[in-house]
Amino acid sequence: MTTSSDTQSERGRALREFWFYFSENRGAVIGLGIFVLLLLTAVFAPLLAPHDPIQQYRDFLLTPPSWQEGGSSQFLLGTDAVGRDLLSRLIFGARQSLIIGAVVVTIAVTGGIILGLVSGFFGGWVDTVIMRVMDVILAFPSLLLALVMVAILGPGLMNAMIAIAIVLQPHFARLTRAAVMAEKEREYVMAARVAGAGRIRLMVRTILPNCLAPLIVQGTLSFSSAVLDAAALGFLGMGAQPPLPEWGTMLAEAREFILSAWWVVTFPGLAILITVLAINLVGDGLRDALDPKLKRS
Amino acid sequence: MALLEIRNLNVSFDTSSGPFHAVKGLDLTVHEREVLAIVGESGSGKSVSMLAAMGLLPKSAKVTADVLQFQGRDLLTMSDKERRSIVGREISMIFQEPIASLNPCFTVGYQIEEVLRAHLGLGRNERRKRAIELFSAVGIPDPEKRLSSYPHQMSGGQCQRVMIAIAIACKPRLLIADEPTTALDVTIQKQILDLLMTLQEDTGMGMIMITHDMGVVAETADRVIVKYKGRMMEQADVLTLFEAPSHPYTKALLSALPEHATGDRLSTVSDFLDPATLQEGPL
Amino acid sequence: MIRFLLGKLAYLIPTFIGITIVAFGFVRLLPGDPVLLMAGERGISPERHAQLSAQLGFDRPLVVQYLDFIGGLFQGDFGTSLATRRPVLGEFLTLFPATVELSVCAIILATLIGIPLGIFAAIKRGSAFDQVSMGAALVGYSMPIFWWGLLLIILFSGILGWTPVSGRIDLLYFFRNGTGFMLIDSLMSGQKGAFTSAVSHLILPSIVLATIPMAVIARQSRSAMLEVLSEDYVRTARAKGMSAWRVVGVHALRNAMIPVITTIGLQIGVMMAGAILTETIFSWPGVGKWMIDSISRRDYPSVQGGLLLIAAVVMIVNLIVDLLYGIINPRIRHS
Repeated sequence: MTTSSDTQSERGRALREFWFYFSENRGAVIGLGIFVLLLLTAVFAPLLAPHDPIQQYRDFLLTPPSWQEGGSSQFLLGTDAVGRDLLSRLIFGARQSLIIGAVVVTIAVTGGIILGLVSGFFGGWVDTVIMRVMDVILAFPSLLLALVMVAILGPGLMNAMIAIAIVLQPHFARLTRAAVMAEKEREYVMAARVAGAGRIRLMVRTILPNCLAPLIVQGTLSFSSAVLDAAALGFLGMGAQPPLPEWGTMLAEAREFILSAWWVVTFPGLAILITVLAINLVGDGLRDALDPKLKRS
Repeated sequence: MALLEIRNLNVSFDTSSGPFHAVKGLDLTVHEREVLAIVGESGSGKSVSMLAAMGLLPKSAKVTADVLQFQGRDLLTMSDKERRSIVGREISMIFQEPIASLNPCFTVGYQIEEVLRAHLGLGRNERRKRAIELFSAVGIPDPEKRLSSYPHQMSGGQCQRVMIAIAIACKPRLLIADEPTTALDVTIQKQILDLLMTLQEDTGMGMIMITHDMGVVAETADRVIVKYKGRMMEQADVLTLFEAPSHPYTKALLSALPEHATGDRLSTVSDFLDPATLQEGPL
Repeated sequence: MIRFLLGKLAYLIPTFIGITIVAFGFVRLLPGDPVLLMAGERGISPERHAQLSAQLGFDRPLVVQYLDFIGGLFQGDFGTSLATRRPVLGEFLTLFPATVELSVCAIILATLIGIPLGIFAAIKRGSAFDQVSMGAALVGYSMPIFWWGLLLIILFSGILGWTPVSGRIDLLYFFRNGTGFMLIDSLMSGQKGAFTSAVSHLILPSIVLATIPMAVIARQSRSAMLEVLSEDYVRTARAKGMSAWRVVGVHALRNAMIPVITTIGLQIGVMMAGAILTETIFSWPGVGKWMIDSISRRDYPSVQGGLLLIAAVVMIVNLIVDLLYGIINPRIRHS
């Protein structure tokens, strides 16, 4: 089939071009590298972690990192207030963070795209109602709204993820709607319609691939927001509950020791920062590589 | 003495795929009271060469020349400060997109008075008086009121008149007009060209008219330079060029004029062009 | 301009109604029976329970309750806190100046550092300054500020001992009938050392709260400036023989500031979220900390009123920013 191989080579060319622009951005490549490392850490956490993340070593409460005086070679980054190995908890924490990001983005993207497609395609009062609801969600400071929602649903990681996804999804709905509005009147959509494509088919097969670029960029940014917000909720006691090794929750437990045991405060936060930074680096690279306006300069 | 003299001007930009030569070996001389037209299609390096002469190209551009002088002063080696005392005062320039060329955040009055203050050091009242004079001179109706308008409140033709008023504010010796009529309606094009020619005759300034339109050349120019892909193809006075073009590219350009159209189809330059003959220009 | 403003208002009214529905609805969904919560540990008899429910109007249909709630809003009645038995609006207004003081300091800090950083990075595009400052901006943008606050406490309060750990001012100082703004009150009181104490308490929270907005403003300023610098009118300004300072500082800057103003406005909403975390870390007695406390106490009238009031504040600030946007952008002012 010539047509399918044509589209395949077309797709391959687009992909190569994308990779060319993306790989030119040193920061983005570094970010991607760190992200892949994090992913591997999360997947192989049981193999990498020297200890069980919830095992309490009663004889080693608040042991400093191994290189510091009083440290033990058994616990590379020290232990927390109940004697759990910090390094193992950080390694297992990578799992939570990446799962949070993935789940939140999946829910937010799916919900946002469906709402945006429906809104853009049907127009009229359906559009008005959906977009008004999105406006209302965006009118609240996101963390506050998520916080109240978690309070209603009950504290916990799953509820925190749902709340964050609801708060983040209006961005996707708006993007998709705008793309649908812009593409709706284009010739190829008209042509597909004339050729007898059904409405749903038209939406999913024809329009969606053409608004993929901004959605991917927004998805990346939302991934980092999700990690950050989930950690914030954990810190406020509304996210993951102890003894789950989630970085934000670890910080909350460590708060009272800030002036006595620096390591229990420093490392979990550093882990959050590095993760979010890596994802944002990738996001910037994606934006530059996918935005044709910036390519010229 | 020549107003502007250029010998062997080269401009190149560094791009990711190696240097791009926008202008190659341009020679040009303009005298007082003379109108020189530079013709060529877009991308032939017409504008870039003039921007280079005025020092307006970004730092990424590499500009070299054997001679680049304005009234005997070397434009390449002079300090920024010295150049700024020439640019906008003795050489001024107007551009293709009049509305985009004016700052949307300031009134047109502010934008013309700024020049009067910077170059002539006029006081507030004198500036205003002179701005009104200039607006009348370029045919802007109700100039006093127009001074407090913003560019987006005016038409393209009006904006180009404002640009011309700014350009002639300090009585320049040389005016460079970069496609001044291309973005305008056909009826307005004629008015703007007439205005430019009247001003040129009245003040005796030299003028460089950059255009791709042979009709504009015929109407305005004394001498013509034809450019193609960064290279100069031909230089001749306007009568000779139209009567007896020596270069095939010029012939092609002339044949593509609407007056020469046969049948119901307008011809394009490429219809007359044998790519082989273009490989080696006379230079 | 007036039409522009009316259009904005017409858009805000339905959004505001939506906000009231959300605030009202959310709180009805909170787990736990409010009457039981009010009764506290002692418990309550079923008769008394029914009587209290009727008294508070919980037995009526939700629509009636909602309309009652809206009616109350018009009379300035945002409900009564279950924890303190005081009007919610009064509680909010007592704590609000603390949040305003912190947010204003933070946004000033973010703007004063963010804009010049972005502008210079744009002018010196590709230079070491550009790379370092934009790298720093990306780190700031990715910062978990609750951790950042703790780090600063470790460094400046723990190790260096320069700044206090929490609160707005030393307990030594007390102001009667103050404005609620500690900087102003301490200055007006004339008490020795009061102002310095207020400032030293404010520094760390301001830096923490300013971090993300500063990064966003710097990045936005840079990209706005880069875009403007390639515009035709900048070339015109240079062709007019204007000095580099005038070209960048007047012609380009004025245009680049238009999108930056919008960004600064959007940061206000972000800062209200940041205030929750910052106030919690520094025990800053503002509305952010009050919301957290109210949520954990299940003080639902306070949560409902606070949610509504905070969203309203964000909306009003955004409206003011839109107004400012209209003033700074002639294309909107004259249409």
